[in-house]
Amino acid sequence: METIRPDELADLQLKRLRWTLQQAGNVGLYQRKFKEAGVSPGEIRTLDDVEKLPFTYKKELQAGYPFGLFAVPMKKIVRIHTTSGTTGKPTVVGYTRQDLENWSELIARNMTMIGLGEDDVFQNAVNYGLFTGGLGFHYGAEKIGATVVPSATGNTRRQIEMIEDFGVTAIHCTPSYALHIAEVAESMGKTLDTLRVGIFGAEPWSESMRTELERRLGVKAFDSYGLSEMYGPGVAFECPEHNGLHIWHDCYLVEIIDPETGERLAPGERGELVITPLVKEALPLVRYRTGDVTRLMDDDCTCGRGTKIERITGRSDDMLVIRGINVFPSQIEHVLRALPEVGEQFMVYVDRVKHLDEMTIEVEMSKAGFSGELQDLARMQKKISGELHNTLGLRTAVRLVEPETLPRFEGKAKRVIDRRGAI
Amino acid sequence: MEKSYIVKQISIFSENRPGRLAAIAGALRDAGINIFAFSIAEANGFGVVRALVDRPEDAYRRLTDLGFRVSFTDVIGVKMRDEPGGLSDIASVLGNAGINIEYAYAYSGKDGAVLILRVDQIEDAVRQLLGHGGNLLKASLSQ
Repeated sequence: METIRPDELADLQLKRLRWTLQQAGNVGLYQRKFKEAGVSPGEIRTLDDVEKLPFTYKKELQAGYPFGLFAVPMKKIVRIHTTSGTTGKPTVVGYTRQDLENWSELIARNMTMIGLGEDDVFQNAVNYGLFTGGLGFHYGAEKIGATVVPSATGNTRRQIEMIEDFGVTAIHCTPSYALHIAEVAESMGKTLDTLRVGIFGAEPWSESMRTELERRLGVKAFDSYGLSEMYGPGVAFECPEHNGLHIWHDCYLVEIIDPETGERLAPGERGELVITPLVKEALPLVRYRTGDVTRLMDDDCTCGRGTKIERITGRSDDMLVIRGINVFPSQIEHVLRALPEVGEQFMVYVDRVKHLDEMTIEVEMSKAGFSGELQDLARMQKKISGELHNTLGLRTAVRLVEPETLPRFEGKAKRVIDRRGAI
Repeated sequence: MEKSYIVKQISIFSENRPGRLAAIAGALRDAGINIFAFSIAEANGFGVVRALVDRPEDAYRRLTDLGFRVSFTDVIGVKMRDEPGGLSDIASVLGNAGINIEYAYAYSGKDGAVLILRVDQIEDAVRQLLGHGGNLLKASLSQ
């Protein structure tokens, strides 16, 4: 399946798309939506016809809380998971027995792709429970025959002892928890020599974070992408080339669209990822707006698997358009994180000055950054705006501010203040 | 020998906005630290406050604890004749020796005028100035 020929893949996708639409026809929401859009599933004869179908939005799933969007009777549902529900009601995802089988198959495929197997000891250091990362990876890892340590989160010292005592070779957790494990292991004087693979997901992380995690944990770091609506983790995954994520085209039909107009973008263009899952029984979805921003990478991967998506750079609702250029706060964070002269906190202000967008970025001085000389500060300011220019393709004004003067965020950070509309 | 004339200046990063100098000066006052001389250098939105104080180590600790970015900079202090030609004498000695002055500021106190100099070759500068009969501040003055 991983190296299926393109024409065979297209046939399979079309067959599965038509099955998915039939499945969606069991759901009141889709009966209504298809009617409003004046389209019937029977009209979908090619893969491109998918553009005739309406999008599905997260808020529609929330409105169907709890079981309103299930396409099968409850007796067929063998498990539910929910999303975290940070924005309003949680979304409930149901799974049939076949859904669980499909999902573990996807995770197993990913783990096999990165060289894991029955000789590995796999520590699953994520929340077990309604969060999909725990049970999802658990069953996938069992499928490949790895020895699974369902450590879940918390008690970091114990986690580190387990890695050492059980000879753990691969760990799955969030990148921020991985960093914490590294810190605690260092303070305990543990080097975690058996660990060789780190699977990190559930939040976006930068290339500088990769360098840091690989160095401090002694692992090869792999990016894992998924979302509960699409089962959970396993949707797309990095192969050992570490250059983009393979998304499983036999199970997910991928489109990249302009989040403003909804129009489909050409391969290579960056926009919002829209997915139509092709094998989901309990919760079929049509053109689901993930809100995640990426692009289809048109270069063939040396590993021979199908078209990749670029690592997720942010969410479409975080995206700023500055003088016509798309900018994500995560790109700014990535640049700043790689510079020892500044701290990790930053704020972005966008203003319109004489009909032109101006972006100002405030960064805090770090201890390492201050030599005492004014000229060094000016040089540093220039270096930061130079690095930002390279990454964003945009000139920005960089303001150096005193330490601990920028706001800190406990929950979701709000680092961008767009003052263009305020006049 | 030259080292005993190298004085520790404290340099403090400051944003260019109202109240920042007051915050720095207030912190030094509260710690009972006396400022002999100071200057402010300003660039694009920020500045560096430079000061000679009687207890530089204490000042460093105090300001760092308050969250300021502080560092030490080696400077020399030369007594100047407080009359026409005083500055010229010193600048000529350094200029003739090929020593570049990066910045300088001055104060006039009970014991006359003093020129604070940041130069590119500090030990050479001390040797040249002493060799030409210059009178330098001892580093031990500010400990």
